[in-house]
Amino acid sequence: MPAYTLKINGQSRLVNVTADTPLLWVLRDTLGLTGTKYGCGLGLCGACTVHVNGVPVRSCQMPVSTVGGVEITTIEGLSADGSHPLQQAWCEQDVPQCGYCQAGQIMTAAAFLKNNPTPTEEEIDGAMANNLCRCGTYLRIRNAVKDAAVAQHKGGRP
Amino acid sequence: MSAPDSTLSRRDFIRVSTLTGGGFLLSLALPGEAWAQTSQALDDTAKVFTPGPFIKITPQNIITILAKNPETGQGVKTSLPMIVAEELDADFSKVVVEQASLRGDVGAQFAGGSRSTPDNYLLLRRAGATARAMLITAAAQTWSVRAEELTTDKGRVIHAATGRSLTYGELATKAATLPIPDEKNIRLKNEDEFKILGGRVGGVDNPAIVTGQALFGIDQKLPGMVYAAFEKCPVYGGKIISANLDRIKRLPGVRDAFIIEGTDNLSGLLPGVAIIADSTWAAFSAKRQLQITWDESTGAGHSSSDYDARAAEAAKAGGKTVRNDGDVTAAFATGKVVEGAYSYPFLNHATLEPQGCTAWARDGGIEFWTTSQTPGSGQDLVSSTLNIPKDKLKLNLVRAGGGFGRRLANDYMVEAAAIALRSNGAPVKLTWTREDDMRHDCYHRPAGYHFLKGAVDPTGRISAWHNHFVTFGNKNTERPASGATMSPDELPSRFIPNYRLDQTIMSTIVPTGPMRAPGSNGLAFVMQCFIDELAHAAGRDPVEFRLELLGADRVVPPSSGQRGAPYDVGRMKGVVRLAAEKSGWGGKLPKGEGRGVAFHFSHSGYVAMVAEVTVSRDGTLKVRQVTAAVDVGPIINLSGAENQIQGSIIDGLGMAWLQEMTFDRGRAVQSNFHDYPLIRSTETPAMSVNFLQSKNPPTGLGEPGYPVVPPAICNAIFAATGKRIRQLPFNKTDLSWS
Repeated sequence: MPAYTLKINGQSRLVNVTADTPLLWVLRDTLGLTGTKYGCGLGLCGACTVHVNGVPVRSCQMPVSTVGGVEITTIEGLSADGSHPLQQAWCEQDVPQCGYCQAGQIMTAAAFLKNNPTPTEEEIDGAMANNLCRCGTYLRIRNAVKDAAVAQHKGGRP
Repeated sequence: MSAPDSTLSRRDFIRVSTLTGGGFLLSLALPGEAWAQTSQALDDTAKVFTPGPFIKITPQNIITILAKNPETGQGVKTSLPMIVAEELDADFSKVVVEQASLRGDVGAQFAGGSRSTPDNYLLLRRAGATARAMLITAAAQTWSVRAEELTTDKGRVIHAATGRSLTYGELATKAATLPIPDEKNIRLKNEDEFKILGGRVGGVDNPAIVTGQALFGIDQKLPGMVYAAFEKCPVYGGKIISANLDRIKRLPGVRDAFIIEGTDNLSGLLPGVAIIADSTWAAFSAKRQLQITWDESTGAGHSSSDYDARAAEAAKAGGKTVRNDGDVTAAFATGKVVEGAYSYPFLNHATLEPQGCTAWARDGGIEFWTTSQTPGSGQDLVSSTLNIPKDKLKLNLVRAGGGFGRRLANDYMVEAAAIALRSNGAPVKLTWTREDDMRHDCYHRPAGYHFLKGAVDPTGRISAWHNHFVTFGNKNTERPASGATMSPDELPSRFIPNYRLDQTIMSTIVPTGPMRAPGSNGLAFVMQCFIDELAHAAGRDPVEFRLELLGADRVVPPSSGQRGAPYDVGRMKGVVRLAAEKSGWGGKLPKGEGRGVAFHFSHSGYVAMVAEVTVSRDGTLKVRQVTAAVDVGPIINLSGAENQIQGSIIDGLGMAWLQEMTFDRGRAVQSNFHDYPLIRSTETPAMSVNFLQSKNPPTGLGEPGYPVVPPAICNAIFAATGKRIRQLPFNKTDLSWS
């Protein structure tokens, strides 16, 4: 099997997997980073969202052979200690029900807030529209993104 | 006198654990041995106070409370320990919550029927109160004072007269030596003394969820673990004849592939091909290369179009009368008559975490890491199917990525067990693909057809109601299938003088069973929309019409021979009035805008909702606002409770608008979220959740909100457009108006 060197959460990781293996399964099975979730396998639900060079992507749709040399960030690497404003806002708003989609939601929101630090509610809903939540926590997701935007502003983050 | 309080808050724990990568976080996520080892180390050699299975207090002042039931997103891993902590008088933010494995000493462990709260409320209060009483006794002995002089607060016993206090940890060793008092002598708090219950408490797993820790069924990892996939016959009840196993075994990463003959039990071990591989992806990839010859003969004649046609024929032929009060025929002759043919489709549970299970067969037994909602039944199923004694089956309960009733079945568990028995001792993680999950829901919310005729009399009241209910039986036409029954007591039965229910049962091979508020989730749509039709026929306000239908405050018992719960009319009218009041009911809206009301009683919960919609001339729907009023007695965790109702509104909107499972020659047509859509953030209405906290015993919230949403929305669409929706989902209905 071919070897690939991936840059994940600031670390260089060597993996031996078939070229067609989606990044999702490399993260989950090979590297033990199970925060990124399998939901649909077709890029429909967003549970597997990670950042590639800061852009949110569906890791179930990214063969490992296409992600060498890029910076990959997963939910485990979003902050060292759960202190990212979105992670804190998610706890403050008590967003999760089952919690399965929430890592993907947070990763989508994190990339969105970098580009739009002071979003309107409509902009938030639009940005989050392709991340499905089977439990229906969208209202709290919106509120948490709003809170995080305010917290980032106060904290001097972009 | 007292030692400094060295207890970390839960969030501090997570942070420390995340920073150090230490073992404590593991102990929060994994029950069983890892926890035992960690807590043993923390306990030193001193005595730990364990007054029963629910509470453990160490001399280091670590207070651990057991979460007894499976967590599927309904919030019981937080709310049930809150009940213990309330009577213990602990600081809940510093409590460590430990998920129980399946064990024999904590009562029934299941997540279903919205039963966790009502079944455990007193049990858990008594557990907490007993421990508190013992800690007080320990303090009284330590200080040589009378117990009556002592109070407790936030995990301390306090002697106000002398200003002394001790933490529960400091009292643990002494308390551990005391006899456990008779619970008859234990005083429970009055509700006005509550400090935790009724407040807003965030989910205990939230810090782990937002940092991506391994919590869920699919996240389990064990030494030497292998990965499995399982392919079953696409036709329900089909049998396997042969498969290209030799080719599959040669594929990269595949360790083994074999046929499992299986059983006839549609929610048990079905025939199929198992693949064991080095990774999930290798197993999934090999699964796509399978060429299997199936016997699909059971599927003939089982297509959704066949079912629809047979239901229409049944409507003409008439059904078997199962209830006949008064004389509907006479009442139709003198009243204003309305007729409507209603239907709702089969549904899939569609949990976002697909089914799966991790199993490790060794020493003649199997250990499981399972997301089951009914682990005890799962243990029974594995034992009976694979002939393994129950005491050789150990079940760790892990957080499920959604349940909604899907995990009341244990098909994935017995599959994992059967595969693990052939993995040469390696632990096996079975993961279903989304397509497996969509095509093999081992029971669907059954479709139903209701052919209705009703009348209102000149005074504007419902004078007659005749329903011909066409439903499904599991491969028979005598008995309704699981989830496909309708009680002869279903409202408006018992509330009007002339009521008739006829029934026809069509045979299906599509497995059916419980899904969030089973029965109610389809029936409420039909009854509450047809009541609305009659209200409009009578020229009456839909809220007033409903209050009048409900009548005087009283408790209506089930009819003789029926098993339903008593119906407290006053509680229902209370939530109908509250929903109307909070929604601004009654104001005039322009054409294209409308409000609709609905109410329903299920799972001991009284729920009413008002939906407010805008429908543009071209038929584009915007659900602007849903106002819910809910009476389930006192609320345990206000944050979790609101979340359940908000989620029910989103889920109910999806059911009404978007979702259906259809079948073609015995197989499911839908396969993933492109053809079985979920509601999105952009379709989310504003929501107002209002609890009417009556003095009744607290009951559950996972289910009773869900059935009320579709009729409230459909009635609002009628108010906005004049278009009556009688068929779900309504994405097939043209809502345009002029």
